[in-house]
Formats: sequence, C-alpha cells, structure tokens
Amino acid sequence: MTTTVATPPELAAIEIEHLNVRRGGKAILPDLSLSIRRGAVTGLLGPSGSGKTTLMRAIVGVQQVADGSLSVLGIAAGDPELRRRVAYVTQAPSVYADLTVTENLRYFASVLGAPHDDVGRVIGLVGLEPQAGQVVGTLSGGERSRTSLAAALLGQPELLILDEPTVGLDPTLRRDLWRTFHELADGGTTLVVSTHVMDEASYCDELVLLRRGEVIANAPPNALLERTGTSNLEDAFLALAAGHQDVASGGGS
Amino acid sequence: MNALVHPSIVLATARRVLQQIRRDRRTVALVLLVPVVLLALLKYVFDTQPQVFQRIGPPLVGLFPLILMFIITSIAMLRERTNGTLERLMSMPLAKLDLLLGYGLAFAVVASIQALVTALVAFGALGLETAGPVWLVILLAVANAILGMALGLLVSAFATSEFQAVQFMPAVLMPQFFVVGLFAPRDHMAAPLEAASNFLPLTYAYEALAKAAANDIDGRFWIDIGVGMGCVALALVFGALTLKRRTA
Repeated sequence: MTTTVATPPELAAIEIEHLNVRRGGKAILPDLSLSIRRGAVTGLLGPSGSGKTTLMRAIVGVQQVADGSLSVLGIAAGDPELRRRVAYVTQAPSVYADLTVTENLRYFASVLGAPHDDVGRVIGLVGLEPQAGQVVGTLSGGERSRTSLAAALLGQPELLILDEPTVGLDPTLRRDLWRTFHELADGGTTLVVSTHVMDEASYCDELVLLRRGEVIANAPPNALLERTGTSNLEDAFLALAAGHQDVASGGGS
Repeated sequence: MNALVHPSIVLATARRVLQQIRRDRRTVALVLLVPVVLLALLKYVFDTQPQVFQRIGPPLVGLFPLILMFIITSIAMLRERTNGTLERLMSMPLAKLDLLLGYGLAFAVVASIQALVTALVAFGALGLETAGPVWLVILLAVANAILGMALGLLVSAFATSEFQAVQFMPAVLMPQFFVVGLFAPRDHMAAPLEAASNFLPLTYAYEALAKAAANDIDGRFWIDIGVGMGCVALALVFGALTLKRRTA
C-alpha cells in the first residue's frame, strides 16, 4: 500500500489502523494506517490542510473519530490512563496570558500531580529562565509557545505530541529545541513533531509524509532521499507527491 | 485516578483563578465599586420615596453578586474554551468537576468580599435597614453569587464569542429580574408571567433575600434555599456535560 517501513509491534509507541476522521461530511483522514516507533523523534510533514493536526488530535484522544483503531502506548487512544503519559502542545499556545510563566507551570504541575521542582526543570529545558516571573501576555510569540511547550514537558510524559513547536523561533533556539527533543528521545520519550519547514525534517529520526489525509511515505530521512534519488527533502517530498500513484500501485523500491 | 473530584486540583484551580483576577486591578476595582455606586444611585433616585429604597435595597445587595458572577464566569469560561487551555486541561488528569468547583470556590471568595463591602456601605453610609440579621443577607449574597456562577458556566457553553456571552446577561437574567417581584409584586403580574416565574431560579433567590431582610424566616424561606441549591447542582451537572474531552 504505502511505503511504510514495518515496525515490530513491541517497538511501536503508536499503532493506527484504518483511521477515519470526518468533519462536516468531509473525510479529513479517509483511511489512515501508521506505526510510530518508540523512543524516536518522528516528523509529521505535509502542506497545511493535509491532516497533520487532525491526526495528532486523534492520537491524543481529543478528536472525534468515525472509524478505525488507535493504540497509544499499548492502550486505546483517549483512555484516562493516558492523560498522565501523553502530552500535547497545540499550534496556538494554550497557556493563561494573565499569569506569569511560573504561575502557569505551577498550575499545570498541580493538575498533573508533578513535583513542584519540575517547574524549574522545564523552564530550563525551554530556556525561559529570564522570563520565569514575567506575565505571559507580555512575552513574544516565541516565548509564549515555549511556555506552552514547557507545560507539556511537566511530569515527564512518555509520549509528546507537538504541533509546529518551532514556529516563530530564531534559528539558534530552534536548534537548541531540536537538541532537547533528541535528548528526550534518548531518554526513552517518543516525540511526534509536526512541521512544514523542510529543513527541520532532516533533524528527525523518522518522517511521515502526509498529503490530503494519506500517508505517502514513512521512513528515515536518508531512506527517503535514497528512494527518490534526490539530494534534499523538499525535492524528495515533491517527487513522492508526484509519484504517489506509482508508489501506491506497488512501484516503490 | 478517575475520581469524580480531586480536592488538590480544585484548590489549585481556585488559586489560579484568583491569581488571574488579582492581576487585573481594574476588574477588582469594578467588582468592589459597581454595586456600591449603583445602590447609592438608587437611594437618590428614590429620594422622596425612601420606603421604596428600603424595600428593594437589601435584596439588591444580595442580587448584585449574582449578576456580576454570571457575567464574569461566562466570559472566563469562554476564554478558557477559546484560548485552548480548556482543551489542554481536558487532555490532563483533571475531572470536569475539579474545574467547575475550582471556579466556584474562587468566585465565592470574590463574591464574599464584594458582598461584605456592599453590605458595609449599604447598611452603614446609605442608611439601609433590615428587620432581619445583616449577616444572613451577606450569606445569601454569597450563595447567590454561586448560583450566578453556575448559571454563567452553563450558558457559556452556548456562546461562541464574547459578543454573545455578554448578551446572555440581558437575555437570561433581565427577564428574571423583571418578574421576581422587584418591580411589581408577583401576584400583580399577568397570570402566565406569575406562573412562569415559579420556574425561574431568581424568583427563589429574591424571595429568600426579601424574607431574610424582613426577618420572615419560615418554611417557605427554606424551600427557597433548597430550590436555589438544587439549581446550582443542576447547572453544575449540565455545565460539566458541556465540557467535552473529544470534539469534532
């Protein structure tokens, strides 16, 4: 079917079979099957409107799903037990603009039952120490989204779902955050990170290419370059999108 | 883990809501001053009919917190929905009642302070008098604030913008204000209105206040209290049902 690299079940953090999500009578994800490796940074790539956010919401269990099965960390997506083990960062920073960074994080830490010193740890991880006492409403866009990201890191979740976490960040910070993502992955955390910036794709261990709600590729970046005979991921994506019909009919490698 | 209520999260939520209110100095000032100014205004509106001010004053001390908390809560909850924090909380191990009770607790604190300040000015400087105990009027004011909060939480689910939310005050509360007996005794109104007022929570809130002010604590007073508490519980349950973990 798709150019999916088979993942042994014990290594999969997320197993999706025949997922169908409809909104307003339209199939956003018509029939999606996908397996995401544990302890890796998986990049979710695709143009806007390709269903990235819908797929992430389905994994987190906040999306109404018409059909299909979604297993997350071995449990059905949306199970109450996962609320402690899975963290989700939306594109818009979901924090209180009228509280300081620390006040926001203290509150979310209490809700998660995370220890209080966890607040200092996550502030350090996203590099917000100088802004810790500042009201979020007075922060820049990038600082706000880092506050939102910090909240997701509280309580050391096993699975992090990040929807475009690096939008509006300067290159140095972006590199630092990707380094943090890999450190987390090395510690056993699974990360799913969506982006539409192609150069970020090369930072990922695995890539899932989404187009019109369909997975057109699922492989490490190098394998994608090799398969398409291209030298950069942008070209690889274009080649895959153009040749999707051939690949789907079994042409592939 | 899937408990109906987690006391520690309720307290953390109440603390968070109070931190938000405290940071907004102008809101604090408005919450404390508006009822006082409005009561003073009424005193001079009825300058030549002080008996009218004496009749409607005490119930108003108890009803202002209801209106204010209704508006503040519906906006606060709408903001929680639109800024994505509600979705974040719904993906965390938080019970729906944790959020609602947290808000309730925080606003009860605010309403207590508001009722206390209003009562001090009304029964002191403005010369308002009651036959019944003033503390009972203040207590009922706080209870009414909680009723207003619960109703505000419920209607916020039906608002998709701030413009809609603020209009729920005139749409939901104003008609009730007209028929509770403040403007005209209920038995002087058109029969269908009088009948309809029997099904409106504010009718019971007003009656309890009027009875407390008149020191007329009878069985009917306790029925009013019971109905009011029932309305709070119902509004909270329906409010919880409007908080969805999964959305389209």
